[in-house]
Amino acid sequence: MSEQPSVKTKNLLGRLPSLTVLGPFVALILAIIFFSVQSDRFLSGPNFSLILQQVMVVGVLAIGQTLVILTGGIDLSVGFVMALGTMVMTKFAVELGLPPLLAVLCGVAVTTAFGLLNGLLITRIKLPPFIVTLGTMNIAFALTQIYSKAQTVTGLPDLLLFWGNTFKLGGTVITYGVVLMIVLYLLVWFVLSETAPGRHLYAVGNNPEAARLMGIPTRRVLLLTYTIAGFFYGIAGWLLVSRTSVGDPNAGQTENLETITAVVLGGTSLFGGRGMVLGTLLGAIIVGVFRNGLTLTGVSSVYQVLITGILVILAVTADQLSKRRG
Amino acid sequence: MRKSVLLALALAALGTLLLSLGSAQNKQPIIGLITKTESNPFFVKMKEGAQQAATRLGAKLLSGAGKTDGDNAGQVAALENMVAAGAQTILITPSDSKAIVPAIQKARAAGVMVIALDSPTEPASAVDALFATNNYQAGVLIGQYAKAAMAGKPVKIATLDLFPGQPVGIARHNGFLAGFGVAGITDKTAQQATAPQVVCSQDTFGDQAKGQTAMENCLQKDPGINLVYTINEPAAAGAYQALKAAGKEKDVLIVSVDGGCAGVRNVKAGIIGATSQQYPLKMAELGVEAGVNYAKTGKKVSGYTDTGVTLITDKALPGVNSKDTAFGLANCWGQ
Repeated sequence: MSEQPSVKTKNLLGRLPSLTVLGPFVALILAIIFFSVQSDRFLSGPNFSLILQQVMVVGVLAIGQTLVILTGGIDLSVGFVMALGTMVMTKFAVELGLPPLLAVLCGVAVTTAFGLLNGLLITRIKLPPFIVTLGTMNIAFALTQIYSKAQTVTGLPDLLLFWGNTFKLGGTVITYGVVLMIVLYLLVWFVLSETAPGRHLYAVGNNPEAARLMGIPTRRVLLLTYTIAGFFYGIAGWLLVSRTSVGDPNAGQTENLETITAVVLGGTSLFGGRGMVLGTLLGAIIVGVFRNGLTLTGVSSVYQVLITGILVILAVTADQLSKRRG
Repeated sequence: MRKSVLLALALAALGTLLLSLGSAQNKQPIIGLITKTESNPFFVKMKEGAQQAATRLGAKLLSGAGKTDGDNAGQVAALENMVAAGAQTILITPSDSKAIVPAIQKARAAGVMVIALDSPTEPASAVDALFATNNYQAGVLIGQYAKAAMAGKPVKIATLDLFPGQPVGIARHNGFLAGFGVAGITDKTAQQATAPQVVCSQDTFGDQAKGQTAMENCLQKDPGINLVYTINEPAAAGAYQALKAAGKEKDVLIVSVDGGCAGVRNVKAGIIGATSQQYPLKMAELGVEAGVNYAKTGKKVSGYTDTGVTLITDKALPGVNSKDTAFGLANCWGQ
């Protein structure tokens, strides 16, 4: 059904983990070794906890992006939709005085509705995902600015800040948001690899026509994928609010490319149908490790951009090579 | 698996590149500098000033920035990473004056001295100290110059502003109007003020292309505009392009703020009538000095330090203090 490397492959070569799976691991481990040598502050529990805190928002957004890319699509509206969700959450809670949980649900509802809108335009009117999400990206940005009057919202109730709270694990302070991110990844990984809807998603991304002929409701799978992605953007919005303690109308403007970077670094194919959601988590962490490590060693942050660029090219090259081999 | 070998080689090369970038560890004072972006010449100059001062005083400088102007999350991450890196002092030009405050509070709670450069936070008390241009005063200087230049002629003003809600933009705009003689505006006025003479106000995000579009639209609205206030010199250059295309560049006075080298050259060429020059290098230098002092003596700085502003024009007017472009070029920043 899919080209996933699996133990069912007969020969020995096929049993070895492919480049796309191995690549992110190797890059991450090399980076960790390098920064540990360069800075005595890098290799510590608190610092790793910090790196995870810094990737949790992009990490959760990238779950949605992974689902979309696995279907062969792309979502440019990611961060902008999230920002709209955060403004709804924070303004509903602070200015309308709604109960905080209800305000959060409203925010998530808005981002989920945007996902549904993306899905409807793509499946009903058959527009390309790139163009649809380019449009909704701009709509979400404009609505955010209009609704917030470009003003930052402060003085948020505790529930909105919940995921920024911490607990101690062996001397290291860990935020609940990081735990949520990891739980969501494990959940999505399970659904994708072990359930019928998950396998359908791979099938649609691999070859939509074949999937349709096999009796998979491809349009419904796509619609559901974009809607669920929108739901994850809402959760990411809640994490962002918890992390920064404000509702920021200018948030999320580069997250679309950051999530695509994480997905690609994690070995998911931009052609759809191949990849692992856990790879995306690794991809997001790699970017976070470089950002943190380069700061600790006193190197200008433009080098993080340079290295991310090189890694993306390497990852896509690895994907092409393994596709040819497979 | 020849391809794996190739990949491993590529990664090894990357590792070597990184090794060459790294630096040795020791016990010197560590100072962090976080700018809005890495690319704006204003911040490039600021970083240069900080690096010079750090080298001179034997401190280690860490630098970071947001990806775009307004990227709060990027600045928060840089701030956290610098605290983790052991910085005792962090200098920051806040992209979002309110949203950055919780992260600054965390850093200060960890014992770090935080100094805002160039733009204040909201509330201003969120940081230990502020080293900045008095942006209101920068506006007043060009407002007074414009008033003297127009000398009682009927005036129609276009203001090409920054973006909504940004305190620096509001301070310059309001200062300009107050300097021009509009009543009822002070440096405490929190909202962007307006006046009957102002026929058009547009946001430019300090960008040349957006400045040009804004000016074109303003001319559509009222072709009689004869005085243009711009938030910075790129916006002024854009406004000039639009005025030139409309054949009006000779009849309109453009005033601006910044004092970048490109901007001062435009003053010299007569494109901009006058500009208020500010001094990013000095802000950074003072910041690094304060940081080294804090690392050595444990004494923090506090309050607001004005790093000065000078009116630059080649058409000096009676009753308005100014310096010429030779002075401006000797003290400018950027290319």
